[in-house]
Amino acid sequence: MTEILSFNNVSYSYSPEIPDARKAVQNVSFSIQKGEWIAIVGHNGSGKSTMVKMVSGLLFPQEGEVRFMKDVLTEENLWKTRSNIGMVFQNPDNQFVGATVQDDVAFALENNGVPFEDMVKRVHTSLEQVKMDKFLNHEPHHLSGGQKQRVAIAGAIAMRPKLLILDEATSMLDPQGRDEVLKTVRALREETGLTVLSITHDVEEALYADRILFMNDGKKYAEGTPTEIFALGDKLVEFGLELPFAMRMTKLFQSKGVQLAGEHMTEEELVNDLWTSNFNK
Amino acid sequence: MMEKMIFGRYIPGDSFVHRLDPRSKLIFVFAFIVIVFLANNAVTYAFILAFTLFVIFMSKIRLYFLINGLKPVIILLVFTFLIHILFTREGDILFELGFFKVYEEGLRQGIFISIRFLVLVFMTSILTLTTSPISITDGIEVLLNPLKKLKMPVHELALMMSIALRFIPTLMDETDKIMKAQMARGSDLSAGPLKDRLKAVVPLLVPLFVSAFKRAEDLATAMEVRGYRGGEGRTRYRQLKWDWRDSSSIIVLVVMTAVLIFFRS
Repeated sequence: MTEILSFNNVSYSYSPEIPDARKAVQNVSFSIQKGEWIAIVGHNGSGKSTMVKMVSGLLFPQEGEVRFMKDVLTEENLWKTRSNIGMVFQNPDNQFVGATVQDDVAFALENNGVPFEDMVKRVHTSLEQVKMDKFLNHEPHHLSGGQKQRVAIAGAIAMRPKLLILDEATSMLDPQGRDEVLKTVRALREETGLTVLSITHDVEEALYADRILFMNDGKKYAEGTPTEIFALGDKLVEFGLELPFAMRMTKLFQSKGVQLAGEHMTEEELVNDLWTSNFNK
Repeated sequence: MMEKMIFGRYIPGDSFVHRLDPRSKLIFVFAFIVIVFLANNAVTYAFILAFTLFVIFMSKIRLYFLINGLKPVIILLVFTFLIHILFTREGDILFELGFFKVYEEGLRQGIFISIRFLVLVFMTSILTLTTSPISITDGIEVLLNPLKKLKMPVHELALMMSIALRFIPTLMDETDKIMKAQMARGSDLSAGPLKDRLKAVVPLLVPLFVSAFKRAEDLATAMEVRGYRGGEGRTRYRQLKWDWRDSSSIIVLVVMTAVLIFFRS
């Protein structure tokens, strides 16, 4: 397994001159291996956004180090690192640079000096990968939020990045748009083995991840598979996160005296358990 | 109101005009703006009007659509026409109603100025309607390239322009939304004396500015993360191609200038 990204005891404070000031990120360590999907969850102000900024080199840690492909991220290798990271931001409108879909997908390629013939090929393949190839000449205001985010993903993967970061990429979308985007990312992963880091406070999105990093107050509170993390149950609720819908339903059923086999994270599992729950009696 | 506006809007198409290179279109329109002023009699004005109609026909944009979209300009046009009729007092009196007199020269001038105005507005609208904003910017960037030697930030200017154009519809939508939100809170933008109406615009502009700045910040971050660092070492996705259409349109331009100079009085 190759390591793509790691944080080693990283700390960051927005006001370093005040010694007692609360740090936005405190002593966080974690690593992402090739092909993994990691979700960082936490409520507002838990330090997730600061962490993303340190990955993309918008901020540099005051303590500890961020390593990308085993190299410490510095001012010198910043642009090289950025060309290996694809990022999708929260607001679909505010990251659409090009006037049309294909121009926007080409933006990062242009910036990195990719030759014209290669650029055309890459724009077309990455738009096919997100199933937006029929919209080549569409303008952004004629697209839905989910479509815009898919274009943003195409723009990110056109650079064939080692790591795709979704920075609250689904939080401004309607449920359909969110499903569209998450399905696209999942399909991409199956197809290309892309490594994904998603920052979210949407627990349903976090369920797709291989591992979840649960942030609270700038510290890593817990790390583990979705099953392990959501087993924390009320602890999560206490820190301002909701449990997945299926888990909440399960709890409600149990409190009403319905016999269920255990905790269920997805609706499908819950439904299966419900209709088979009386079989063995 | 916003849907009908055609300033700076682009209607995709595949006509002769659409397929022209933005450079030749820009050169053509700017030269046209200058040579329109060569016209000074009925023949030359008829000629430029006919030519403009021909260009509209070639662009396959419906005349009705164009006129409908340019309604605010047409109102201005009627206004200029009336001013000329009312205040130019030369030549014979054509028509008299009390103290209201229409002079021959006034009518002539009114018609000529209206044609000039109309033709300029039509031509520039055709330019923006048939050329995507991004191609216009590309064209301008290439045409201004010589100025780079004078340390003009040509690439940056072009990029600023293209981003500004790209955000027009977004900000329009936003204005619409804020307007509705303020109306829902009881602010009335359409009634009352002018002073009150101007005051009601303030709560519209403030949130719009705040959000525009927020957007700018987000966009800057997104661009930086996507590797933007100025024009150096950048390749272009949009390639400009100069072909026979462009050469022929420049020839038409030269011929037209000659015709105008020949027939003007």
